[in-house]
Amino acid sequence: MATTTIDNRQPDTGPTPGAASLRWRKQFRKHVLPRLILIPFAAFFLLPLYWMLATAVKTIPELSVYPPTFFPETFRIQNFVDATTVFPFWQYLRNTLVITILSVIGAAISNPIIAYGFSRVDWPGRDKIFGLVLATVFIPYPVLIVSLYDIYSRLGWINTILPLVVPLFFGNAFWIFLMRQFFMRIPRELGEAARLDGASEMRILWQIILPQSYAAVSVVCLFAALHAWNDFLGPYLYLQEADNYTLAIGLTFFRSASQYDVQFNLLMAASALVVAPVVVLFLCFQRFFIEGVQIGSFK
Amino acid sequence: MATPPAALSPLDNKPDLLVDQTTAERPPAPARRGMTRRERRNLLVGLLFISPWIVGFLGFLAYPMWETIRLSFMDYNGLRDPEWIGLENYRMMIQDDLFWKVLGNTFYYTGLAVPIGVVAAMVMALCMNQNVAEQPLYRAVLYLPSIIPLFALSFIFLNLMDPGRGLFNRVMTSVGLPNINWFGDPDWGKLAFVILAQFGAGQAALIFLAGLKGIPQHLYEAASIDGAGSLRKFWNVTLPMMTPIILYDLIIGISAGIQIFTQVVILTNNGGPVNSNKMYVNYVYDEAFRNFNAGYASALSIVLFVLTMLLAALVFRWSRSWVQYDVT
Repeated sequence: MATTTIDNRQPDTGPTPGAASLRWRKQFRKHVLPRLILIPFAAFFLLPLYWMLATAVKTIPELSVYPPTFFPETFRIQNFVDATTVFPFWQYLRNTLVITILSVIGAAISNPIIAYGFSRVDWPGRDKIFGLVLATVFIPYPVLIVSLYDIYSRLGWINTILPLVVPLFFGNAFWIFLMRQFFMRIPRELGEAARLDGASEMRILWQIILPQSYAAVSVVCLFAALHAWNDFLGPYLYLQEADNYTLAIGLTFFRSASQYDVQFNLLMAASALVVAPVVVLFLCFQRFFIEGVQIGSFK
Repeated sequence: MATPPAALSPLDNKPDLLVDQTTAERPPAPARRGMTRRERRNLLVGLLFISPWIVGFLGFLAYPMWETIRLSFMDYNGLRDPEWIGLENYRMMIQDDLFWKVLGNTFYYTGLAVPIGVVAAMVMALCMNQNVAEQPLYRAVLYLPSIIPLFALSFIFLNLMDPGRGLFNRVMTSVGLPNINWFGDPDWGKLAFVILAQFGAGQAALIFLAGLKGIPQHLYEAASIDGAGSLRKFWNVTLPMMTPIILYDLIIGISAGIQIFTQVVILTNNGGPVNSNKMYVNYVYDEAFRNFNAGYASALSIVLFVLTMLLAALVFRWSRSWVQYDVT
C-alpha cells in the first residue's frame, strides 16, 4: 500500500504577524509532542520485559531486599541454568517444538489450498460460503471446550498432541482470509493461461500462485508458530500427564511448588527462555508480522 | 490511494446486463435448468479445494456446538450416561450467585479494558503517524508485548505487581500511592487484568496506523481550505474516517475480553480469593473439569455464546449512529 504521509501543515502563506510563533507551534506538534507521548508509552511497554530480565539475574539475597533494586546489583547467570531444573525444561521444550512444527506444517498446507478454492476458482455460492467462514471468527473457542473435551476423550485424543495439532490441518478462518486477500491480487490471466495449457488446478496453485505468495505464506507460518508456542488453554485442557506438558504448563510449576513463596528470579529466568525465541522471531521477521496484522485486519 | 478509474462507464460495473442485451449470437441461457460443463467443473474444483475447511467446520465447530447445546439440557458428569433434565441447568443458573458474580466481573473487565485500549491505541497511532524519524522503533516496541505469550506476560506481572518485590508497587509507593496487594485483595485483581490488557494495545495501534495512512489527503486539503485547525481536522476528518476500523477493533476486543482466562489462572489461581476475581470462562472450566458438571458447564457455555452474539449485535446496531462508510 502506498505510504501517503499525512501532513497537517498548512500551505506557507509567507510572513504574517506571529508567523514565528506559528512555525514554532507546528514544529512542536510535529516533532516534540509525538515523542513526548511515545517515549513514555514505549518505556511502559518495555517495562515487563525489562523487569523480567532484571529479576532473572538477581540472587536470592538481592530479591528479598525492600524496596526492590531497579538495576540489579548481582548478575547470576547461573539462574538460567537453575531455572531449567525446576521442571523438565528440555523435555517440555521438545514437546512444545513438536506441536509448533506440526502446527506450522498444517497451517502451511491447508490454508493456501482452502484460500485458492475461495479466490481463484469461480463457483456459485462461493462468496456466501466465504461469509460463513468469516462468521466463524465470532464463535468464542471457550464455548466449545466442554464438548470438544468430551469428543476428544471419546476419540482417545486426551493426553496426546492431536487436539492441539489436527485442527490446524483444516484451516483457520483468519489465515484463510489473509491468504485469500493475497491471492485475489494476483492477476487472473496468470492462472487462465496455464489452465488453457491444461495444467491442473493444484499445479496452478503450486507453480504459479504460491511462488507469488511467499509473503502471505510466511505470515501464516509465523502466526501458526506463535499460536502454538503461546497457547496456554489448549495444553492446560488436553495434556494431563506431566510427560506431555508444554513450556506454558511447565512455568506453572513455579507456583504450585511453593504457593506463597515463588522463586521469582528462577521463574523470570525460565520465562525469559520461553519469551526469547518469540522476540528473536519478531526481530527477524518484523515486516511480515506488521504486514500480517495490517492486511488481516480490514479490506 | 486508489483513484476511481475514470474510463469506466457505469454500465461496465454490470457486465451481465451488458452481455444479456447485446450478444444476440449466444443462445439464451436455459434458465435454472443447470450449469454449463465449465460451471459444474468449477463448482466441483472449488468444493474440493475448500473441503478441508468443510470437514474442519463440521468436525471441530458445528458438531461440538451441537453437542454443547444438547449437553446443556442434560445432567452429565463426563462419565455416566447423560440424563435429560430439560431446562433445569438454565433454571439453576438464574439462582446461582456465582454465575451472576462471574458475569459481572467479566463485564466489568471488558467494559474497562476495551475502551481504554481503543483510546490508548488511537493516541499511539496518531503520534506514530507524525512520522518522527525513529518511528519504526516505536512501532516495534509497542507491538512486541502483543506477541509475547500471554502466559509469560502473566508470570511477569506476578512479579511486577508483587506488593513486596514488584517494580510497579515500588513506583506507586514512591509517588505516595498505597501499596496494593493486587492479587490477594478482592477489589484490585480485576483492575490489574485491565492494566495487563493494555499491553496488547500495540496491535490495535498498528491497525489504526494503517487506517490513518489510508485517509485520502484531499480531505485534509479541503478542510484546510475551509479554515479548519488541527483539532477540527481530527474531529471532522480523521475520526469519521477511522470509525469502521474502530468498530472492528471494538468487536474483536469485546469478544476477546469476554474470553479472558489465562491471566486469571496464573495471577489469581483461577479467580481467588474467594472467587472475587473469577471470570466467566474460568467458571466454565471449574464446573466442567473440577466439579464435573459438564451439563451445567455446557449451559454456561451456551449462555456465553448467546451473550457474545447479542453484544456484537448491539454494538453493530449502536454503530449505525456513528460509523461512516463510503466517505471517499
